[in-house]
Amino acid sequence: MGLIDHSFETNIVTTSLDTVVNWARKSALWPMTFGLACCAIEMIATVSARYDLDRFGAGVFRASPRQSDLMIVAGTVCRKMAPVIRRIYDQMPEPRYVISMGSCATSGNIYNSYSVVQGVDRFIPVDIYVPGCPPRPEALIAGILRLQEKIMKEKVFAK
Amino acid sequence: MQKSVVEKIKADWGTVVSLKEAFGEITFSVPRARISEFLKYLHEDSALDFDHITDLTSVDFPNEEPRFEVVYQLYSIEKNHRIRVKARVPEDDCTIDSATHIWQGANFLEREVYDMMGIVFNNHPDLRRILMTEDYDEGYPLRKDFPVEGRGWRDSFTFLDGQKQS
Amino acid sequence: MESYIPIAIFILIAFGFGAVTIIMGYLVRPENPYAEKLSPYESGVDPIGDPHPRFPLRYYLIAMLFVIFDIEVVFLYPWAVSFLNLGVSALISMIVFIAVLLVGYFYAWKKGALEWD
Repeated sequence: MGLIDHSFETNIVTTSLDTVVNWARKSALWPMTFGLACCAIEMIATVSARYDLDRFGAGVFRASPRQSDLMIVAGTVCRKMAPVIRRIYDQMPEPRYVISMGSCATSGNIYNSYSVVQGVDRFIPVDIYVPGCPPRPEALIAGILRLQEKIMKEKVFAK
Repeated sequence: MQKSVVEKIKADWGTVVSLKEAFGEITFSVPRARISEFLKYLHEDSALDFDHITDLTSVDFPNEEPRFEVVYQLYSIEKNHRIRVKARVPEDDCTIDSATHIWQGANFLEREVYDMMGIVFNNHPDLRRILMTEDYDEGYPLRKDFPVEGRGWRDSFTFLDGQKQS
Repeated sequence: MESYIPIAIFILIAFGFGAVTIIMGYLVRPENPYAEKLSPYESGVDPIGDPHPRFPLRYYLIAMLFVIFDIEVVFLYPWAVSFLNLGVSALISMIVFIAVLLVGYFYAWKKGALEWD
């Protein structure tokens, strides 16, 4: 990570600074539109008016990986699409997080076939798995809140 | 309307094709060598006028000889009648003439049949895989002797090799 | 002099705010470049074609027209300021000057140099 990567002892000052930085990172998680299949529709529903995702700071969906810090892989991942997903993940600047939304991205779902990758975590690191086929918008919101809790536990300044 | 189609084709091609009628649908089976001629006739005859190729698929009968069957579903937009044409293709000489010069829409449909079943279409302008990656070498997925889970391609992430960062 | 002190404080706070945020970002942000991360983005596939499109000619045209009419304005300003002290001959010569430039303006207009698309 940065210049001040885990270089201070843990005390009240560094942990408070950590809290501030983590709070800033979790409150403005900009996702990247990566809807592949039906889970994309539920992702759209989550961002729409009824289950508003913007109230958690995550409503600004960017089209480019360069401007986003969260990739929500929503939908079935076919092996033909895998290098594209990996390249886009690589092009996201750090700190970056991945949510695997739906059963197809988590494990391939019922599609045990020659072309479906049995889980996107076979080639990219995943932070949060949201099961469901498709997961309800409330489930995706729960996943994003769980990711925010995970971000709050990170250490930036402290060792 | 249907009857006149059947009569016309039987009158012109009766000795070569065999007819099957069921549930209001007509199906003609043609020997592989005459398929190109027959499809051209169906397309150009003014009473039949089949100008739309609705579908082009294939069937695998693993225990029969010839093994594969190519099925053409045709429709006439003007006259509003449909027809099905079937042609058997043996496994050892897995080729059949392409219909792309008659209907342009057959281009992608034949590429899909080639990709999934391995039937080569003669005189096709651009015969390569369309659903799988172009360098897929494990076989033809929709044949009956191909395992559903594939032969390991779905788990081989070759694009990760040589990458310094995980 | 004392009345300028609030402005000096204001300038200091403005610069300080900008500097602090940039420096904090520089210290905190992770920096981990590797080849795939730095590759150009084109929807996840290898880029096709040349990344530099041809430079549009319209920019040169607009710049040249601007320079010419800007010089005209530069001549117009002092003439306008001291107009009342000059005689009729100044008015006549300025009218001739503007008329010559108007001819050029109408030519550019009719030839389509003012169209952007």
